[in-house]
Amino acid sequence: MKNIKTATCRAAASLAVMCLGATGFAAAAAAQDSLDLTGETVEFVIPFSESGGSAKWANFYAPLLSEALPGKPTVVVKYMPGAGSTKGANWFQQQEYEDGTVIFGSSGSTQFPYLLGDPRVKYEYGDWNVVLASGTGGVAYLPPDIAKKFDGDADGLKGIDFIYGSQGATRLDLVPLLAWEMLGMKVEPVFGIKGRGDGRLMFERGEASIDYQTSSAYLKGVVPLVDQGLAVPMMSWGALDADGNIVRDPTFPDMPTFKEVCEATKGCKTSGDAWSAWKAFFIAGFPAQKMVFLPKGAPDAAIATYKKAFDDVIARSDFPKLSAATLGLYPQMTGAQAKATLKLGTEVPLEAKAFVKNWLKERYGVSLK
Amino acid sequence: MFLILGVLLGLSVGVFPGLGGIAGLSLVLPFIYGMDPVSGLALMVGLIAVIPTSDTFASVLMGIPGSSASQATVLDGFPLAKKGEAARALSAAFASSLFGGLFGATILTFFILIARPLVLAFGLPEMLMITILGLSMVAILAGRIPIKGVAAAGLGLMVGTIGEAGAGGSLRMSTYDLPYLIDGLTLVIVGLGIFAIPEIVALLRQDRAISRSGGLGAGWLDGIRDWWANLFLSFRCSVIGVIVGVIPGLGGSVVDWIAYGHTVQLAKDKSRFGSGDIRGVIGPESSNNAKEGGGLVPTLIFGIPGSGSMAVFLGGLALLGYDAGPQMIRNDLDVTYTIVWSLALANVFGAGLCIVFSSAIARLTTIRFTLLGPFLFMMISFAAFQSRQSLGDLVALFAVGLLGIFLRRFDWSRPAFLIGFVLSHQAENFSNMANQVAGAKFRRSFETGFDYIASPIVLVILALTVASIIIGVRQARQILPEGDVPVGRKRAPLIFLLVVTAYLMVAWVNAMMIDLMSDKIFPVTVSSITLVCCLLLLIRMIRAPETDAIFTDRAAGHDETEAAHGLWSTLSWFAGLLLLSSLLGFVLALSIFLVSFLRLRAGLGWARVLIMSAAGVAFITTMAGMLHRDFPPGLLQEFVKLPWPLG
Repeated sequence: MKNIKTATCRAAASLAVMCLGATGFAAAAAAQDSLDLTGETVEFVIPFSESGGSAKWANFYAPLLSEALPGKPTVVVKYMPGAGSTKGANWFQQQEYEDGTVIFGSSGSTQFPYLLGDPRVKYEYGDWNVVLASGTGGVAYLPPDIAKKFDGDADGLKGIDFIYGSQGATRLDLVPLLAWEMLGMKVEPVFGIKGRGDGRLMFERGEASIDYQTSSAYLKGVVPLVDQGLAVPMMSWGALDADGNIVRDPTFPDMPTFKEVCEATKGCKTSGDAWSAWKAFFIAGFPAQKMVFLPKGAPDAAIATYKKAFDDVIARSDFPKLSAATLGLYPQMTGAQAKATLKLGTEVPLEAKAFVKNWLKERYGVSLK
Repeated sequence: MFLILGVLLGLSVGVFPGLGGIAGLSLVLPFIYGMDPVSGLALMVGLIAVIPTSDTFASVLMGIPGSSASQATVLDGFPLAKKGEAARALSAAFASSLFGGLFGATILTFFILIARPLVLAFGLPEMLMITILGLSMVAILAGRIPIKGVAAAGLGLMVGTIGEAGAGGSLRMSTYDLPYLIDGLTLVIVGLGIFAIPEIVALLRQDRAISRSGGLGAGWLDGIRDWWANLFLSFRCSVIGVIVGVIPGLGGSVVDWIAYGHTVQLAKDKSRFGSGDIRGVIGPESSNNAKEGGGLVPTLIFGIPGSGSMAVFLGGLALLGYDAGPQMIRNDLDVTYTIVWSLALANVFGAGLCIVFSSAIARLTTIRFTLLGPFLFMMISFAAFQSRQSLGDLVALFAVGLLGIFLRRFDWSRPAFLIGFVLSHQAENFSNMANQVAGAKFRRSFETGFDYIASPIVLVILALTVASIIIGVRQARQILPEGDVPVGRKRAPLIFLLVVTAYLMVAWVNAMMIDLMSDKIFPVTVSSITLVCCLLLLIRMIRAPETDAIFTDRAAGHDETEAAHGLWSTLSWFAGLLLLSSLLGFVLALSIFLVSFLRLRAGLGWARVLIMSAAGVAFITTMAGMLHRDFPPGLLQEFVKLPWPLG
């Protein structure tokens, strides 16, 4: 009965809000006061393949979550890759809360198509219930010979033709590409690599002359290069403080942020359309990068159960040590904080969206139609 | 101990075509956390190491490429099974796998400490050249009419470009209204469709066992003797496997083709390749296990996974508290060597077990195929569905299967098509990227640019490619990868050619409409060349008499005219399974399919029908349940909520 109703709800998309309310009510009535998952299997669905950062992140949390949830259910990570992660997200949009055994992990790559109005997007972040938000940061770095010309501002880098191995201008790479362009650097992206690891290899082979990595990948893959004098960090993207200002990344306190470099560089402004667009997409891509959701219609009891489980995981005495390698030193947020992060990551001013869309079209000929 | 557990798990997962290492690793990953590092590592390594060994079963016995690592094994392994020499082919394959795996581990032991600069020497131009070397193997596998082979490879390349372009994301031969096509077709589906479906359908039509004689000719000892006699070949192919495996970004998909091509090119008597030459099994099998050892090099020293299963392996390592990368070689050398030698040991256990079992398992080839066929349909549908978990998988499988049936019927080289498909993505991406980087280097100065594209490695591979093409073109006529096929009437081959040409024209027009040069140039170039080939074929068809080799048509041959059942009726059984799945969901559809097939087509008594169907359904649900895999849902599931596995 409920499913027939759901099907008709789906057909009448314009009434989505009403349906949501109705099914949410039905589910809430059916649920018990608190969630007990003894003997159950929780499916942690991620819209990506087994390689890549989200798989790592999900597999890091899965066993910990299994121990922390009431009844110690088995938590398995389920991969649902396709269509640049929109396929899995569209699937999750169609799920209704049942018994709390389905959770979904999204990432910056899921948020960007949503923000850019990709025609494949049929999901709505507002319908989902966030229970965890994980942030990260990123670092741009240079080969040593070019780094000599960099002294805190990018004025000395303007005459150089940079090559950068990129996964695509509409992905997370949008953030570094836009940053470098704002600094007046000429960076030619070579599209078509499969992951950021390939970008680092191109850098190591001397084919790319600039690169960036997210924090954990930087710590693991690039710091050894820096120690051997094969790479020099240029800047971090920064981190957000409680008031939403960009400050130095706590993982890399000695590195200037892009904001500082931009302020020191002629022609780069930390205000105006370009800056606010960059900042909006930076937030969506980094501090609000990965989140865990319960499907629409989840009752408060279930949300509270998962919040508590994640709180317990984060409060473990060995958590800092465990997470440092996989996640970096970034806030793992639950409850209201996670909600605030979700808002930052998925609600971007219209002007910023328009600016980025236009820039993608003019600069790279990419249009999402 | 855990190593053996891993080996056993790996073997049972690997036998299942289309699942492979990723599924197996995902199965154990939840248990890895909290295990002590050595046991955890042994479990994972044991599992990975034997996948390329165990997938040989499907390739040899059923002509199904179990994973990308055993595509080339199908070419000679399956004909051997048809000759009743399955046990021989299997044991030769396992002996080669064992040797390759041990060789890989040995090399790895010494090489891993000094590999870094060597791996870094392989830049984009070098990788592009290796991809082209892989493509040049088309020359030797082209079949009787070289230009037809080139056209088949071109068609494969074009099918490989379907979907979102790697560089700019433009859509090719797909729209946002058909989300399935945006990601393109996966190798599992194309491999199953091109090789497995045509063979299964052909065998079903004849209603007899895979082995023509109905019995097993040569035993497993013969296979080991064969391997020993070809030890040097096995050694050379292992070297190829290690080298290609070491280069990150190439993956396993080229290695067995290069090894197969190499085997054929350097063999003195080539007449039996394609119709059951044991060397055609030994070559690729030696290389694909050696590749796993080689593949660990980039995985461990750069922390960059060479394949999907390696990526999951890295995830497992992280759960144990290790991070792959340069620091691991420096600080945790003991862990590194645990991995390397677990690999070697697992190969010994795995191959040993397989050799012992090969005689018994080879008996499958003596069973009446009509009893085997429906279960194979069950397995390949399930395997295909795992690639994207969408009903589109089943539709795509059917469509590619149909194409495969016609390619086989009209003797268009299926290996050439598959090589084209597999390498399409790499060929396009590497050439685009190398071109861009080279352009930037040339802008700096002519010398830097020239040094970049004409490095010694590039020149050596170029020489190899040219040699391989020359040898290939000279000798292709002697090698018939599809066996001997009779000629038939003019009309049917002509119609098929026209259909292919029409598709290429549409693809060409579609590619011309793309704005981005980077996404356009490759499909336009490839389809233009392929169209020229098709036109040449067309001209020849019009002018040649009906007896010309160009009109090859399997339907005119002895096997087909004698077949007990028609092509379309057999195919419609499969279509029925898929159609029912889309209505009722896979498990219900499967039950109906098995019962009716075994009853109506195989003519069994009700008791056996029910027992066998129940066993089939139980097997697949247990398998899926353990691996946390879903079944294709149908229309019914939209409206009625059913418990797993029905819903």
